[in-house]
Amino acid sequence: MGPLTVYEIISANTNLVLAFIIGIGFGFVLENSGFSSSRKLAGMFYGYDTTVLKVFFTAAITAMVGTLIFALFGWLDLSVIYINPTYLWSAILGGAVMGAGFILGGFCPGTAFCALSIGKLDALAFIGGLFIGVFLFTEAYPVFEGIYKAEFMGAPFVYDALGMSRGVFAALLIIAAFGMFWLGEWSERKFPRDEY
Amino acid sequence: MNLDKSKKYWNPYFGGVMLGLVLLAAIYTAGRGLGASGAVKSVLVTGMEAVAPSHVESTPFYKEYFASHSGNPMKSWLVFEMLGLVVGGFVSGAMSGRLKFKVEHSPKITSRKRIIFAVLGGIFFGLGSQLGRGCTSGAALSGMAVLSLGGFITMIFIFGTAFALAYFARKLWI
Repeated sequence: MGPLTVYEIISANTNLVLAFIIGIGFGFVLENSGFSSSRKLAGMFYGYDTTVLKVFFTAAITAMVGTLIFALFGWLDLSVIYINPTYLWSAILGGAVMGAGFILGGFCPGTAFCALSIGKLDALAFIGGLFIGVFLFTEAYPVFEGIYKAEFMGAPFVYDALGMSRGVFAALLIIAAFGMFWLGEWSERKFPRDEY
Repeated sequence: MNLDKSKKYWNPYFGGVMLGLVLLAAIYTAGRGLGASGAVKSVLVTGMEAVAPSHVESTPFYKEYFASHSGNPMKSWLVFEMLGLVVGGFVSGAMSGRLKFKVEHSPKITSRKRIIFAVLGGIFFGLGSQLGRGCTSGAALSGMAVLSLGGFITMIFIFGTAFALAYFARKLWI
């Protein structure tokens, strides 16, 4: 039964070795999908390249379905996996600040390190900015603390918040993803661009 | 399009399934999703401890951090994962002939302008990732995979804000 490290099937050190290997897979997949190019990433927000949308939502529904199947077969104990806690205001405000960073900088943290690995110097600049941003947060923490901890809701599931069963929500999310894929394909035909 | 065949990217749906399987492997082995910004924080905390130990002792953020984290911040799952990410990205770039030092930018802007906005974007993303308890990987993607309400909210606000501001930043990209 998984998660392997929680059930002590693997040791803490083995878990770190696996983290490194999983990271290699993460970087390999991101780079091969084109996530090492800021203009490709930013393309999503102008409709000329919706790779981000397709990769991101395909990944989310694949992992979600995989997790549910693993749980169904008794391979994974869902009650002990990490569920991101919800602090309503910081989730909203943090997301909005990150969105501004995305459109200005053209990367998110993971994709910036991926782009740096193949020599993109704009990614190096972005990573420099990341350190400054995290530093600002740590130094000015008392300023942010109120909003950072406000409206703590525990670790609720999205389907409970919407009053649905897990299966119904998962099915709707898959349908919504396919709707967005169709929209992405349409948008790329409508706003075509030369290779960049 | 006269692209060298070796430089072609994967089909995005195939890439998405592969990324989903990597994320599933993380959940199955470590009981947690992927992430990125947490590793930046670990490096910063370690650096600050080395450079300014007395400052670290007296700063509210670090007091709270060390109260909830034990051990060496560099010996964390996310730091090892991010080291792997750099290796994996490099291998993929090498295999596809994409290894090259360059500043990628729209032909309408200079490299200098691109670098300035990249730093600015990084500052926003770094700050936002701390406020939002994770970035696109840790909060949005991994949060969605485990159906966390917060993950969905953060994802909607990352992409929603970027879309909302896209018009004003269009000269940077198109």
